[in-house]
Amino acid sequence: MSPLEFILVILVALVCGMASVLDERQFHRPIVACTLMGLVLGDLQTGIILGGSLELIALGWMNVGAAMAPDAALASTIAALVVIEGHQSIGEGIALAVPLAAAGQVLTIFVRTITVFFQHQADRFAANANFRGVELMHFSGLALQGLRVAIPTAAVAAVAGTHIVQTWLDAIPEVITGGLQVAGGFIVVVGYAMVINMMRAKALMPFFFLGFVLAAFIPDLNLVGLGIMGACLAVIYVQLNPAFHDSIVAPAPATAGAPNDLDNELE
Amino acid sequence: MTVENTQPASVAATEIDPTHPEHPALQLTKRDYASTYVRSTFLLGSFNFERMQAIGFAVSMIPAIKRFYTTKEDQAAALSRHLEFFNTQPWIASPILGVTAAMERQKAAGEDIDEAAITNVKVGLMGPLAGVGDPIFWGTARPVLAALGASIALSGNILGPLLFFFGLMIIRMATRWYGFKVGYEKGVEIVSEVGGNTLRRFTQIASIVGLFVMGSLVSKWTSINVPFQLSSYTDQTGKEVTTTVQSILDSLLPGMLALLLTFLCMWLLRKKVNAIWIIFGMFAVGILGYWLGILAP
Repeated sequence: MSPLEFILVILVALVCGMASVLDERQFHRPIVACTLMGLVLGDLQTGIILGGSLELIALGWMNVGAAMAPDAALASTIAALVVIEGHQSIGEGIALAVPLAAAGQVLTIFVRTITVFFQHQADRFAANANFRGVELMHFSGLALQGLRVAIPTAAVAAVAGTHIVQTWLDAIPEVITGGLQVAGGFIVVVGYAMVINMMRAKALMPFFFLGFVLAAFIPDLNLVGLGIMGACLAVIYVQLNPAFHDSIVAPAPATAGAPNDLDNELE
Repeated sequence: MTVENTQPASVAATEIDPTHPEHPALQLTKRDYASTYVRSTFLLGSFNFERMQAIGFAVSMIPAIKRFYTTKEDQAAALSRHLEFFNTQPWIASPILGVTAAMERQKAAGEDIDEAAITNVKVGLMGPLAGVGDPIFWGTARPVLAALGASIALSGNILGPLLFFFGLMIIRMATRWYGFKVGYEKGVEIVSEVGGNTLRRFTQIASIVGLFVMGSLVSKWTSINVPFQLSSYTDQTGKEVTTTVQSILDSLLPGMLALLLTFLCMWLLRKKVNAIWIIFGMFAVGILGYWLGILAP
């Protein structure tokens, strides 16, 4: 790996690490992170394929409320390094990604705990109307999140091209790699389960079963077709559902007598 | 989606007169809008387990605070009150920033708004809006775009990542920019909109699409293969017919095991088992099954 590549890898890792806490521009999602890693390592194609494969697994991983998801950022950057620089198979990369996601989660919990200190520091700055100070505390926390991915990635990047990685991976018995491949086929459901649980909509579960059965018995239906079907069903359901015909049912103490004119519009 | 309300605003828990006089001296400029927008995209930068998005919220409010308050005491008080606990779906925080900025403006103009009123509106909005943002963005938009993008990316096509990245970017930017604008211009009026039918319908539609697609993904993308042989015989034509666990299951309902496993995961997650432990558990099952010859890739 050339020095320039090394620097670019660290920059990508920094951006992915920061994105993993922000959840804003989605650089931390495998499909983006691995593509960027592939780009800077000179093998875009492999990066995209690895990203797509990892994205299937990480699809539903999300931070909701205080619950923490496995960390896709560290998993993506290091898996991409091992696959592209270490010349390993995509399957090997997927098998590695999951323990890495666990390690990344531990690291981000660590940083989110340290940031409590920045929070208290920010309180002190705020008491003096020190805007710069509050901003500094904010972006220090962000920088730490970037470093928590960049540093481990740099460490792996330093050895990825050498035979060390190969030696390590060769030391893993066949039954483990085969078993990990088997598990790779079904750990995807963890992400789906996270999405379904988050929706907290028992009444809507028939739509889940409908999607399942249609896809199971009509394999020709692709995702676009299924998506359109889902959207049509959703609109029909809402149009027919009497719960949406009444006047506003507001949980907030809104004034009574809200009008009915919201009925005939659906956007 | 436009949020519209031509009715006289319903007054929420606070005692703010929505028909307040315009205060031309106290208006956010275009620059303030832009600055707030950029800052809001870093909302979670200092996410911590004590007050979560608090610093990010305060940092996003800085342009408004600087615009509305001139004395150091007022600025310090405003900064401090926005360092309180805050947590919601990040993109949907923008309308809350807008409402909060509108209230700060009224307070700065000398209207009778106490600190608690501002905090109450913030806290009152972050729960219900997370209930809108989580299903729409995390439950539907992102997984559906990720599924589409990944299925294209698997063949090495750059369109996959691009579709995912730019698709979400458009949704996110629109939510943030117009969310803040609507929140700021409507002020506390939107508190009643949050419980209103338009948003509820939209959330419901998104949830249905999300669940429908999740159901199809369980079937499409999960592979559990149990080639464990139950019986084997040679039929009249001399062909060998083997019956495996898999062939029986497939004749009943293809993907049945995946469906059952999904339910097991949902149950474990609801029991507060960390996702990573479930994944490791599945790895153990995979290794054991492969070793025993019950499971195959």
